[in-house]
Amino acid sequence: MATTAHGAHGDHAHDDHAHHTPTGWRRFVYSTNHKDIGTMYLVFAMVGGLIGGFMSIAMRMELQFPGLQIFHDSHQFNVFTTAHGLIMIFFMVMPALIGGFGNWIVPLMIGAPDMAFPRMNNISFWLLPASFTLLLISAFVEGEPGAPGVGAGWTIYAPLSSIGHPGPAVDFAILSLHIAGASSILGAINFITTIFNMRAPGMTLHKMPLFVWSQLVTVFLLLLSLPVLAGAITMLLTDRNFGTTFFTADGGGDPILFQHLFWFFGHPEVYILIVPGFGIVSQVVSTFSRKPVFGYLGMAYAMVAIGGIGFVVWAHHMYTVGMSTGAQAYFIAATMVIAVPTGVKIFSWIATMWGGSIEFKTPMLWAVGLIFLFTVGGVTGVVLANAGVDRVLQDTYYVVAHFHYVLSLGAVFAVFAGWYYWFPKITGYMYNETIGKLHFWLTFVGVNIVFFPQHFLGLAGMPRRVADYPDAFAGWNYVSSIGAYVSAAGLGVFIFGMILAFVRKEKAADNPWGAGATTLEWTLPSPPPFHQFNVLPRIK
Amino acid sequence: MLVLKRLAAVAAAITPILAGCGAALAGVGQPSPWQMGFQQSVTPVMDNVVWFHDFLLWLITAITLFVLILLVIVAVRFNSRANPTPSRTTHHTLLEVAWTVIPVVILTAIAIPSFKLLFLQTTIPPADLTVKATGKQWYWSYTYPDSKFEFDSVMLQDKDRKPDQPRLLAVDNEMVVPVNKVVRVQVIGAEVIHAFAVPSFGIKIDAVPGRLNETWFKATREGVYYGQCSELCGKDHAYMPIAVRVVNDKEFASWLDQAKKRFAGNEAPRATTLAAAK
Repeated sequence: MATTAHGAHGDHAHDDHAHHTPTGWRRFVYSTNHKDIGTMYLVFAMVGGLIGGFMSIAMRMELQFPGLQIFHDSHQFNVFTTAHGLIMIFFMVMPALIGGFGNWIVPLMIGAPDMAFPRMNNISFWLLPASFTLLLISAFVEGEPGAPGVGAGWTIYAPLSSIGHPGPAVDFAILSLHIAGASSILGAINFITTIFNMRAPGMTLHKMPLFVWSQLVTVFLLLLSLPVLAGAITMLLTDRNFGTTFFTADGGGDPILFQHLFWFFGHPEVYILIVPGFGIVSQVVSTFSRKPVFGYLGMAYAMVAIGGIGFVVWAHHMYTVGMSTGAQAYFIAATMVIAVPTGVKIFSWIATMWGGSIEFKTPMLWAVGLIFLFTVGGVTGVVLANAGVDRVLQDTYYVVAHFHYVLSLGAVFAVFAGWYYWFPKITGYMYNETIGKLHFWLTFVGVNIVFFPQHFLGLAGMPRRVADYPDAFAGWNYVSSIGAYVSAAGLGVFIFGMILAFVRKEKAADNPWGAGATTLEWTLPSPPPFHQFNVLPRIK
Repeated sequence: MLVLKRLAAVAAAITPILAGCGAALAGVGQPSPWQMGFQQSVTPVMDNVVWFHDFLLWLITAITLFVLILLVIVAVRFNSRANPTPSRTTHHTLLEVAWTVIPVVILTAIAIPSFKLLFLQTTIPPADLTVKATGKQWYWSYTYPDSKFEFDSVMLQDKDRKPDQPRLLAVDNEMVVPVNKVVRVQVIGAEVIHAFAVPSFGIKIDAVPGRLNETWFKATREGVYYGQCSELCGKDHAYMPIAVRVVNDKEFASWLDQAKKRFAGNEAPRATTLAAAK
């Protein structure tokens, strides 16, 4: 947490002492530098986000009116929902929060010169473009009979993803997920080793900034959950190609087994997406309130608890599969327990602000926006935790609204909070505050118009993953689509603001945020030297 | 802080609408334009779902407003102009215990009715009628095992639809059941997973290949009740609705007689009108 550094300054004077700084394409393709790799992750996430965002706009255009307008058949729409989900998870939020901010900031925050395994860091990143390419290829080869692409949803439930998709598209998607998974597992090993072994002298685990804690929890979730996904999709691959019947009832298998395996990965995965965001919000709220985080240990262990309990609640995604009453009752109880540590985090953030001297700069707006919207998404999560109500809401737009409130409005707000917070540090330039705030307000209003009415659609019974719907659902769908355009305008403002920042090149101070920013990265120049902390800082 | 005031205004405008208006607009057996709440309940199970959901809605609205009010207070009182010198408080044991214990109490208050509702849904009373619904790509087949017949239920195309029949919901052959009788629905999938759902009845159960799932309902009002397949099942997932016609005993008996003749010998599914489904 709050730390003071000695000897952080001045050590960059001779940073090129023993290392030459590579230039041109070699600097990035061969990179073993955590900051360059972090930058590549961030750029990759932006590309992924734009492609995934384009897909969501296309879907909202389709859903603006009943009937089919944009897509020529529903399969194509399903390919978009599938790809949108996979891209936003694996190629936008994870690369941004873990690969991008994690790589950039964790070594800086713990006073380390680089990651523990710099070459492994390189391969972690470069596996991702390969993985993304495979996923994009899958959209152009046959999936369902006579139609290209995977239309089985990001959950790729068997047997729709096996006998329902005889073409090779699902095989490409499986290989894509395998490679993305390998990338994340290697990254996770790197982060765990770095955080456990490379903290500066004096930085005990209980003095570590909460962002580093959040990364530590996240990478443990990755390390433990992704192998389960790898197993499940390998079984799916052999079911599809080598005549096994893990998920086929005819051969003694069970389609529900796939769902158990998938969600054993899938539920921790949703915490993988949001927990780094918790870390960012803690840093941002503390910085702009000019106060240390309230209840630091409680905050750290709340994340550990959320991660731990996150592994034993997976079947709340499966209340309608025909589980026994006892199993459903267990998953209700276990799921609701997660609300307790989550509440601790929300209230601790508010308590951090309480008594503070708050400056509502752009990163703080995103963080406060996240706290409120994550609360909205969190409480609808409590509703859905109850199997009795979930039975009616399962697979409706209520679920779509819920998970976009916690992810699209939670994780993505965290990405932007982190982006504006660390932009001066990473680039050395200051962004334009007015444009940043305009970006926030357009997005805040836009996404609420998109997703709040979806609660109504879900309660009224509109199923998710449909390209066309009964006419009665037209009204709120229209409103929701308008919101998508407002959000897209926000994205336009974001891009404009970034271009402007790079054109104007307004030099950012080493610490543009003042006394509230107490973590080690603010002791370094903006941008930091190619190699930092040649002399390790000492933490009091 | 202006920021959060505006935010407060939006939330304050939305929440009572959400709580109050849903039921007033709801249609019977199908959604209505601009509907904000559940479809109207016609079974005891759905009555309980509606009650429990309303209870939760009050609770979560209160919690959300509480968080919002705290954020507004923080924004007004503790912005850098109003409060130039920050405090250094980082601990308050009583407060931390409170925000751990109070949620536990609230969650316990939720869990008790939640479990009651769960048991009501999963404990199937002695059935007056059993109907087996088989989800297929992309239509439903209904089997009446006691009367030994089976028929397919395929979505009506626009040209075949009467003006009062809703688009994407109306079918050629509805599943017909008697009013005020316990109907056990057995559900299975033919090739991929589908889900049998009727919102007004408060039921939804997956149709999984190789697994016979069960649910039940007791409709207390005559009429036609629509639902849609609720598990992604391929390209025509949106075009395999569920339509249940609830009739009185007399009408049911005469329908049963007719159906036995009409669908006689339909043990295996017809080589169907799959083409018509698109």
